[in-house]
Amino acid sequence: MSTVRDWAEPNPVTENRTGLIGKPVDRYEGRLKVTGTAPYAYEVETPSAPLYGHIVSSTIARGRITAIDTKAAESAPGVVLAWSHLNVPEQAARGARINPRSQRGANPALASDRVEHYGQSVAFILADTPENARAAGSLVRVAYAEEPADLDFLASLAKAGPAPGEEDARVGDFEAGYSASEVTVDGTWFSPLQNHAQMEPCATTAWWEGDKVVVHTSIQMVKGGQHALAETLGLPSDRVRLFTRYIGGGFGGKGQSYDDLTLAALASRASGRPVRVAYTRQQMFQATIHRPAVQMRVRLGADRTGRLNAMAIEAVTHCARNAPFVEHAANFARNLYAAPHRLTGHRLVRLDIPHAGAMRAPGEAPGMLSLECAMDELAETLGLDPIELRIRNEPEVDPDNGKPFSVRQLVRCMREGAQQFGWDRRNPVPGAVRDGRWYVGMGMATAIRGNFLLPAKAGLRVTGDGLATLTQGMTDIGTGTYTILAQITGETLGLTLDKVRVELGDSDMPPAPGSGGQFGAATAGSAAFETGMVMRRRLAELAAGDPASPLYGEDPTLMDFANGNIVLGNRSASLAALAGRAGPEGVYVEGSISPAADARDWSQHTYGAHFAEVGVDSVTGEVRLRRMFGVFAAGRILNAKLAKSQITGGMIWGVGAALTEANPVDPRFGSFLHQDLGGYLAPVHADIVNLDAVLLDEADDKANPMGIKGVGELGICGAGAAIANAVYNACGVRLRDYPLTPDKVLAALEAKGL
Amino acid sequence: MKPFAYERARDVDHALSLAAANPGARFLAGGTNLLDLMKLEIEQPSQVIDVGRLPLAEISETPSGGLRIGALATNTAVASDPRVRSRYPILARAILAGGSVQLRNKASVGGNLMQRTRCPYFMDSAKPCNKRLPGSGCSAMEGLAMTFALFGASEMCVAVSPSDMSVALAALDGLAETVRADGSVSRRPVETLHRLPGEAPQVDTDLAPDELILAVELPPPPEGGQAWRKVRARASYTGAIASVAVAGGQVALGAVAARPWRARAAEEALASGASPFEAAASELAHAAGEEGRKALVRRLAADVIREAREGMGS
Repeated sequence: MSTVRDWAEPNPVTENRTGLIGKPVDRYEGRLKVTGTAPYAYEVETPSAPLYGHIVSSTIARGRITAIDTKAAESAPGVVLAWSHLNVPEQAARGARINPRSQRGANPALASDRVEHYGQSVAFILADTPENARAAGSLVRVAYAEEPADLDFLASLAKAGPAPGEEDARVGDFEAGYSASEVTVDGTWFSPLQNHAQMEPCATTAWWEGDKVVVHTSIQMVKGGQHALAETLGLPSDRVRLFTRYIGGGFGGKGQSYDDLTLAALASRASGRPVRVAYTRQQMFQATIHRPAVQMRVRLGADRTGRLNAMAIEAVTHCARNAPFVEHAANFARNLYAAPHRLTGHRLVRLDIPHAGAMRAPGEAPGMLSLECAMDELAETLGLDPIELRIRNEPEVDPDNGKPFSVRQLVRCMREGAQQFGWDRRNPVPGAVRDGRWYVGMGMATAIRGNFLLPAKAGLRVTGDGLATLTQGMTDIGTGTYTILAQITGETLGLTLDKVRVELGDSDMPPAPGSGGQFGAATAGSAAFETGMVMRRRLAELAAGDPASPLYGEDPTLMDFANGNIVLGNRSASLAALAGRAGPEGVYVEGSISPAADARDWSQHTYGAHFAEVGVDSVTGEVRLRRMFGVFAAGRILNAKLAKSQITGGMIWGVGAALTEANPVDPRFGSFLHQDLGGYLAPVHADIVNLDAVLLDEADDKANPMGIKGVGELGICGAGAAIANAVYNACGVRLRDYPLTPDKVLAALEAKGL
Repeated sequence: MKPFAYERARDVDHALSLAAANPGARFLAGGTNLLDLMKLEIEQPSQVIDVGRLPLAEISETPSGGLRIGALATNTAVASDPRVRSRYPILARAILAGGSVQLRNKASVGGNLMQRTRCPYFMDSAKPCNKRLPGSGCSAMEGLAMTFALFGASEMCVAVSPSDMSVALAALDGLAETVRADGSVSRRPVETLHRLPGEAPQVDTDLAPDELILAVELPPPPEGGQAWRKVRARASYTGAIASVAVAGGQVALGAVAARPWRARAAEEALASGASPFEAAASELAHAAGEEGRKALVRRLAADVIREAREGMGS
């Protein structure tokens, strides 16, 4: 097993001789996407003409189907079959596993007469066109026996219980420390339920080849999807081949499979035809996972110099009654600030609404909206600059566990950000700056998000045409995975990018964990790097052992790779010639990465600082972002353009969280108020007029052999808090109830007599 | 989507005769609202009569010094017309506050007037809604949405008109010119083209099934400055929480009723010397609904009236 010391040795990526690492190259698949020719799951070519499925959703939150009539649907134009729980083909029971290494249990569709949430699948129509399937779906008649349901989170807080298997984290004596503090802040923040709102809905195309099913689906985890379908169908996993080559956004919402996958496979088997099934936009809101609402009580106690003495975040959140999930909104605080007396923990309310689940930066995204505003309040109470307060509380070691930081450039992020943003022009007095009818203010907040490395494999083939092809059961959910894997492979083998191919998203390929938790680039990339190193050794040995090679008989450990050749002194052997002589298939190797044995001896995180300037309309309470800037430290950057896209995209998510995004549950129905992108308001271009980010030079040699870390989720962490703090600085209104919509801001302005 | 017949109208008479023969038909122009609603099965026409290629897109001067805007002029064409921009700037601004560039390139003036409410309960065919399914009830009344009518609502419906353009047209005393299959031509104020919900919220307008909007006619702009503002949760591409159009002494409020709401009480107050705030307050004195929303409309109306006065001719 490796140790981090092994990773600190110079290697082709850290030496970066041809400069591919960090280079802002265009996306590998960019041309296909912008020309509309990248085949997404619903669009892949099928072996014969496909049929189309449509799912009918429940319109109650909890109860039992007492009668379901699909006769009219069955006789509608073009309909091939109609299923309900009464006649759907047999599937394994929920959660069942027959394959010992399955990452997911069975997830049967239409499995019973029970309805557990609004929007649950209750019937399925297969027809010759999507229009006919959908039109027939509206002819299905369902009678329900409704049962009492818990649907209103804030009205159900009294039912909150401990998160399963978790205890509060206590250090020192919070209550005593807090009450003994000279200065305190005590506030309760609310972050609402939010939706992922991916552009591409969940979708599957399925067909059978003998006793094996082939599915193209939109999912972030290849193996997870393969196993879930295999278990549901009661098949060994090797009889499910899952492809997921292009994904139109995941954000955590496609970390699992949904009924489109199951029903497409079942319907294809039943009809003998390829089948396409997609969720409607409305079903994406009502029937997939969401980020749950979180109520957070934050208490801070400090001395007059600003040193924190006591810190508590007590979070209450919710999940579906039968699908445990905890939005860990308090955990990040344990690693961010030190205080001798600390309390962090979570309580959970079970609701009869769709499943809560992971959404971009679960935990930090809502959590930092509370603590980073509480810090702003504390700074104001103390008369300290918010940056200075944070610097005074910058810990030497990880406050949670006493471990040294692998690298922590949080203070540098704040200082460089302040300088480039012009923080010194901020007037600390709220409401002091006007621009016409607009109050103008500035705010800042920090960002922290963990860094992870999971086990992963990759395959690599070099062929006689001089091409290197990397294969990995990995996904690119729009983040740029294809591109960075090509860059890593090219740099490792000394190849230009036109000589590198990347093939992803196939369950037959060497497995990687997929995209999630901002672990994708580090995990899949490190596996690609290690596989490249295996290939270097294999090719060097071939060159040394091949009498036809100019390097015959030389020491393979001294050979270098550059410009498509293996080089030693002034002699060279081309990769193409070596691979060509090795056989018609060229040379194929596999490699893998695992966490270092001592990786957990260091505290590993990514960091950043956000700065925002907002205008608040003094007449209407509308908040508009005027500009936003962030500085981040996230290890070595593989592709400056893609990393910045990830970071700024995350910041824009923070703008949405602060100002517009929320989906309330209508307690009369159990449904979400908004079920399309006209109602659920994510930021549009006009909201983001001036937003930029820089990434500091950094290499984290404790993270992985390349010193890289994740950037996919860091940008959202703390971003909304910077905006809320700017709103306060602009107009003197402290709102703790996100999003800060005009009605709330105006009510607060009116309450102040403004 | 329900199956439907499609017919492209050869001329206005053909369109009208098709409509007269089939009360279940709908006219299709840009399609930016009708097609969305058909996909959701909220609109289920048995026949779609495509009037989109009829020669009704001209914008021309009228003998009285006003402007006649053909019903099929695109929203983009109207908003970029130099005569509109110089003489009726609030109309250009109101149009540009709606939709997106792509939608405005497709959407027509007639279609903009005919668009249906965006009430989330109307848009969800699984929910009771008297406008969509008469007699099923109003989910919005006790619901979660923010934008309910402050004026003219009934126990049956609290939905508001989503059109920004019509608010400016109402402030400018615009007239909708229509024709029926029997050849009769009518001219109605845009202000009252839409019905208040009353007992029949499913009927949006007074137009007969065989009645087609030909044009909108604007009289010469009134004396005095013009101003427009729209309040919304994000900077673009979303409906108004409230809007206000002012042209001289004429004031219209948007997103507060099932029609663009001419603030007659405010206008009378202004005429008798009241301040903008007093005028706005006098209008809101007649409003029903939540105090916060009333406060927003009062503040907004007062500020836009003030702006129109100060920025004469803006």
